[in-house]
Amino acid sequence: MAVGILGTKLGMTQVFDEAGRAIPVTVIQAGPCPITQVKTKETDGYVALQFAYGDVKEKNLSKAEMGHLKKSESAPLRHLTECRLKDVSGYELGQALTVEQFESGQLVDVIGTSIGRGFAGYQKRHNFKRGPMAHGSKNHRLPGSTGAGTTPGRVFPGKRMAGQYGNEQVTVKKLTVVRVDSDRNLLLVKGAIPGKPGGLVKIVPAKLVGGK
Amino acid sequence: MNAQEIIRSLEAEQMKSDLPVIHVGDTVRVGVKIREGDKERTQPYEGVVIAKRSAGVTQNITVRRVFQGVGVERVFLIHSPRIESVKVLRRGKVRRAKLFYLRQRTGKSARLKQRFDRAI
Repeated sequence: MAVGILGTKLGMTQVFDEAGRAIPVTVIQAGPCPITQVKTKETDGYVALQFAYGDVKEKNLSKAEMGHLKKSESAPLRHLTECRLKDVSGYELGQALTVEQFESGQLVDVIGTSIGRGFAGYQKRHNFKRGPMAHGSKNHRLPGSTGAGTTPGRVFPGKRMAGQYGNEQVTVKKLTVVRVDSDRNLLLVKGAIPGKPGGLVKIVPAKLVGGK
Repeated sequence: MNAQEIIRSLEAEQMKSDLPVIHVGDTVRVGVKIREGDKERTQPYEGVVIAKRSAGVTQNITVRRVFQGVGVERVFLIHSPRIESVKVLRRGKVRRAKLFYLRQRTGKSARLKQRFDRAI
């Protein structure tokens, strides 16, 4: 039973399947992630596994973080995350989660941070149409009307406007694992995932509607 | 290994080593594997390479031919297992990387001069 894993997006390429079809894949280098805490109903009120990823220098971690990692005798690692499970028996502190928990053909969800575009305008953020660029028009990239006049006398909440775009958590659901390379800790996942190469991603088994 | 090296090594496993050097303007014959029921056979497709795109395992060529008065263009992923062979029949003398102007030409003006300084 797969738990989940943290990894780094490396980039995209394509692979050929047995029928000769070209499949677009994203290459992710994931794990091994040592388990840093086993949470149980008695001690924490819920059941989960906490694990760590991302080598870092010891001086860049606080004493508190190092102390927490010391309990599982793991190397200095930057990122901590946890996955809730029904049952954590069989998992122990310090045990490493690797890509071997996944198998090809399995469906996974990939959670990452989308590419940040800063404070983006109407066209880039919401795909508004542009005004005419010539013929005396001064309306090039303006939003147009934001609502009616005296009644209601305000702009309704949720009106699409310019603002921060990207650099937020995005989950891409139900991606197929094409290949698992346990020698190099690689996962090949069909399709695109959020963020740029080098970004941190979390891979968990697909959460399907109906809880299957 | 960094990210690029890992991706290149993944691609290298699937790349063919026996492909000829293909230039834009060349006339090539591509052997395409076709499944009919449970039988497999190779169908040749012949034409002029009017564009090359991408590199590595994703490299593809656009091959144009005029068939029964109708222009046909097919894009081949040349490293695909469905492509059995690629053979260069004739080297063409061209001054562009993309020969899309051939789409507007018919008859005599749609021909390309042959060049002899490149070995087939």
